[in-house]
Amino acid sequence: MSKKTLLNSKDIEIILHRLACQLIENHDDFSNTVLIGLQPRGTYLANRLADLLKTSYKIKNLELGLLDITFYRDDFRRKEKPLAAETNQMNFLIEGKKVVIIDDVLFSGRSIRAALTALQSYGRPEHIELLVLIDRRFSRHLPIQPNYRGRQVDAINEERVLVSWKETHKKDAVFIEPK
Amino acid sequence: MSELSVEHLLGIKYLKPSDIDVIFKTADHFKEVINRPIKKVPSLRDITIANLFFENSTRTKLSFELAEKRLSADVINFSAGQSSVKKGETLIDTVNNILSMKVDIVVMRHGNVGAGVFLSKHVNAKIINAGDGTHEHPTQALLDSYSIREKLGSVKGKKIVIIGDILHSRVALSNIFALQLQGAQVKVCGPTTLIPKHIASLGVTVETNLKKALEWCDVANVLRVQHERMDIKYFPSTREYTQLFGINQEILDNLGKKIVIMHPGPINRGVEITSDVADSNDSIILNQVENGVAVRMAVIYLLAQQIKR
Repeated sequence: MSKKTLLNSKDIEIILHRLACQLIENHDDFSNTVLIGLQPRGTYLANRLADLLKTSYKIKNLELGLLDITFYRDDFRRKEKPLAAETNQMNFLIEGKKVVIIDDVLFSGRSIRAALTALQSYGRPEHIELLVLIDRRFSRHLPIQPNYRGRQVDAINEERVLVSWKETHKKDAVFIEPK
Repeated sequence: MSELSVEHLLGIKYLKPSDIDVIFKTADHFKEVINRPIKKVPSLRDITIANLFFENSTRTKLSFELAEKRLSADVINFSAGQSSVKKGETLIDTVNNILSMKVDIVVMRHGNVGAGVFLSKHVNAKIINAGDGTHEHPTQALLDSYSIREKLGSVKGKKIVIIGDILHSRVALSNIFALQLQGAQVKVCGPTTLIPKHIASLGVTVETNLKKALEWCDVANVLRVQHERMDIKYFPSTREYTQLFGINQEILDNLGKKIVIMHPGPINRGVEITSDVADSNDSIILNQVENGVAVRMAVIYLLAQQIKR
C-alpha cells in the first residue's frame, strides 16, 4: 500500500472550525480556560486553533501554553534514539483552571499520560480535557480517550499517520502510509 | 545531536565541542524546570546515585545533591570523614561495596589526581568527577562557561582571564580546556610562584600585572588562594597578595569598560576580591551557583540516558 491522503487542506480547515466551535460550546469566553499544545507536534494545531478562536470567533485573552513532556515520558532509556527536549512555554499556573490538552495524533495514549504528570507541576486544575486532530482507534495502551476529535481513523499498527502543516511542509494534509 | 560522546564525565579534556553544546542545550531546559513552582521532573526515578566526597565540599556537594533530587533520582551520600576509609579500606573496595547496593552513577571528589579515571576502569558505574586533586573539576568549568554564555551571548571569541592560584586550581585547568574548546582566548594572571611552569604549552598567555590583564579581558574569573594545598609559602603575606592581585571597585572603575566578574567560591572577602565587587551588578557569582544545578542536571541526565537495563 502506498501513501494515501486522509485529509486535505479543505478538510482540515472545516475540522478546525468545528473543533473551535465545540470548544466555545463548552468554554464560553475562555476566561477560566487554558489551551496547552504538546511539544513538538501538537503546538502547530494548538497555535492554529488559538489563532482561529481569536480572529474568527473574537475570543479575547486566550491563554496558550506549549508543554514539553520529554522529562516525564516513560520510555526514557528504552529507545534507541535519545530523547531530546523542546522548549517549554508555560507562563501561567493552571490552579483551578479548565485545561484543554492539544495534540495532533492520539495513538498509544502514553504522551497524554506524560502530559498529565507534567501538568501537575503547574497546579491542580479544575478539570482536563483532550483535543486531538486524529484519533487512532484500536491502538491504545492506556485508558485515555479524547473529548474532541477531528477524525477517527482505524489504522493498524503497521501503518503510520503523518500530519503535515503548512508552517513546516507547505500545505496542510494528513496521510496514512505503511511503516 | 543529543548524545554525549563519552561514557563518564572525568574531565573536560575528554570532551568534544559538540558535547559542551549538548550539555548547554539540555541545561537550558533544566534551568526552566528549576524556576517552576514545582522544580522537579521524574526522569531518573529508577536511577540511584552515590555522592562520594573524600574531600571537603559544601557548594558542589549541595549542588549535585539538589540536581539529582530535582531529577527524582535516589541519592546516597558519603563523606570520607565518617567512613571506613579511615579504617584502611581501599578506594575500589569502598566503591564496589557501595555499588553492590545497586548504584548506577558515582559522583566523586577525591584528593588524588586521576582518581576518577582510575575508578572508571575498575568499577561498573557511570563516574562523574566532582574534583580530583589539583587536576580537573569539569562541572565547575561547564557551569562557568554556561554562565558566560548566558551573560554575554556566547563564549566564542571572548577574552577570559583567570586570576589567582592557578597552580593548585582544578577549576583553572578545567576552565582552560572548556574555554578553548569553545573558541575563547584565555590568559592566566597571578604571582609567578602560583603559575605552573609550562602552562604556556596549553595555549594560554601569562600576565603578572593585574591591571594589564583586566584591561585585556571581557571576563575575569577570580580564584581563591588555596592555603590548605600550600605546603610552602608562595607569597610573603596575604596582605601583599591582596595589594597586587586583589580586585576592588577602584581598579574596575579605572578600566574605562565593564567586565564580568566570576568566582567559583568560596570567596575570601577582602583577600582576592572585595565585598563591593563581589556583590556588584557586574558580578555573576550567584548566577554561577544557580546555573550549577541546571548544568549538573544536564550532565547527570545525559549520562543516565546511556544506562540500559
